[in-house]
Amino acid sequence: MLRTSFAKEPKTHRVFRRLQMPWNLVAACIILIPVLIIAIFPGWFTHQNPTDFNYDAILSSPSAAHIFGTDSFGRDIFTRVLYATHLDLEIGVFCVLFPFIFGSTMGVLAGYFGGWFDSLIMRILDIVVAFPFFVLILAIMAILGPGMINMFIAVSIVGWVSYARLTRSEVLVSKKMEYVQAAQILGYSKPRILFKHVLPNVITPAIVFVVSDIVLCILLGSSLSFLGLGVQPPTPEWGAMISDGQSFLSQAWWISTFPGLAILLVGIGFSLLGDSLVDLFRLN
Amino acid sequence: MQFFKYLIRRLLETIPVLIVISLLVFLMIHLIPGDPAVVMLGGRATPQALENLRVEMGFKDPLYIQYFHFLKNLFSLNLGNSIYYHVPVFELISSRLGVTLNLIVYTALIAIVLTVPLAIYSADHRNQAGDQIIRVLGLVGICAPGFWLAILLMLAFSIKIPIFPVGGYSSGFLNVVKSLFLPALTLSFGMIAILVRSLRSSLIDVLKTDYVAFARVKGISKARLMVRHVLRSGLISTVTLLGVNLSWLVGGTLAVEKVFALPGIGVLMIDSISSRDYPVVQGVTLVFALLVVLINILTDLSYSVLDPRVSLE
Repeated sequence: MLRTSFAKEPKTHRVFRRLQMPWNLVAACIILIPVLIIAIFPGWFTHQNPTDFNYDAILSSPSAAHIFGTDSFGRDIFTRVLYATHLDLEIGVFCVLFPFIFGSTMGVLAGYFGGWFDSLIMRILDIVVAFPFFVLILAIMAILGPGMINMFIAVSIVGWVSYARLTRSEVLVSKKMEYVQAAQILGYSKPRILFKHVLPNVITPAIVFVVSDIVLCILLGSSLSFLGLGVQPPTPEWGAMISDGQSFLSQAWWISTFPGLAILLVGIGFSLLGDSLVDLFRLN
Repeated sequence: MQFFKYLIRRLLETIPVLIVISLLVFLMIHLIPGDPAVVMLGGRATPQALENLRVEMGFKDPLYIQYFHFLKNLFSLNLGNSIYYHVPVFELISSRLGVTLNLIVYTALIAIVLTVPLAIYSADHRNQAGDQIIRVLGLVGICAPGFWLAILLMLAFSIKIPIFPVGGYSSGFLNVVKSLFLPALTLSFGMIAILVRSLRSSLIDVLKTDYVAFARVKGISKARLMVRHVLRSGLISTVTLLGVNLSWLVGGTLAVEKVFALPGIGVLMIDSISSRDYPVVQGVTLVFALLVVLINILTDLSYSVLDPRVSLE
């Protein structure tokens, strides 16, 4: 049925209805674009150094000079939060990158070829899922020792299975579809069918999962740093800053509060982006 | 009878999983780069002390014999001795396991108690202001790091308004309820966010079915309709999700235990990692993995209670 009551609507509503504005995508961009700019050029927004001590301004509360206050070494919290953005985003992206590439490849191969390789991948999957995620990461970190590189390794060892499972189930569906059968009949080579035809059609859910996985990885990275296993001081990192602040909680609430807000904001940004991608590709 | 048959089959199915878990936990200590004895005792240990540890841990035997001993000890609940505390690992863990279990159960209770009314309200007032607020809060609940929420709650309700203790744990039912309230509330936030999202959408689906329309036509009260007809069938997917979330919680308590200085096995694991007390790390990892296996079994069993249509075969 045609809508005839458009004229009664306010003009702005009409425009947005026509444009089909994806609201969560707009909100995600409003949050993430400034975050990206801050991550790349933190120096544009502050003139202080994130690791400089200032013994004249120890534990000073938020003021015009230090809008987020200072910590127990007199370091400016605002500056440290800004400079940590780059590192925390890097943790989020790197912790997802390898699992995505390796996991998706394994999933596509397992789903397409089946047989013993598929069984092997599925058994590994069962084992990894049997452990609580965070405990497994910690156990691997216990073996490798603390530090950022080891954190990436630990997350990669555990994280790829989600992508493998996701793409495997997509491949199982699409390998029975006509376009794959057509490619097979045309006599295309297996790598060509797999990577030129199957992969582009099954990768969307994995790409969407990447975005929500970034949120989990930023939370995970900051938790590990909070526990002293990830990024080591004095490098500014949000989780480690929250941990610093806990010792001074009764005198200086601002040390822990602002880095946490930064994590929350970035997390919400990526979550909204993930939701909008789900809507856009009509997944679910 | 059918229930017990299923239970036994489900328990048998976990045996291969348990074997692999034990194998991985056993291998942990051997995967440490370098000589595990040196790593555990530190660079300044005397050759005699290193030698003693190697003999005590049986590092001189072939790996398969070491694994055999490890399994044999497991069955007699012997997890070795802590290098740092000099007491049996089993004793260390059993004295602290209660704290973590209480925290997990408490969290689940708070989550369930708050999820059900919030989801019913949201589904009933779909896309209205209240529903939108709940959804935004849900987004915050998912994205906020637990250890940060813990610190904020501690700041608000232990320091500014001192209702709850700043941390620590004391025995006695009321003390436990009080000292674990803030940690459990913190942990339940993220869980509630996920559970409300799921329960809301399944309730909305149920509300559209014919039998609900029929019940409405019959004129039964709204409360009765929601609880007896809608909630029961909407809960099934949420119970699965609760199970998944509980197994997440098994590891997720770690950072929150640390913030509130609770003497649970999560803090034990973190402390043992820093002091390189590998027998304890192994023991805690094993217990955590067993908890997940147990929760998965309980989740599967709970389907049949909620939905008689689910066959146990």
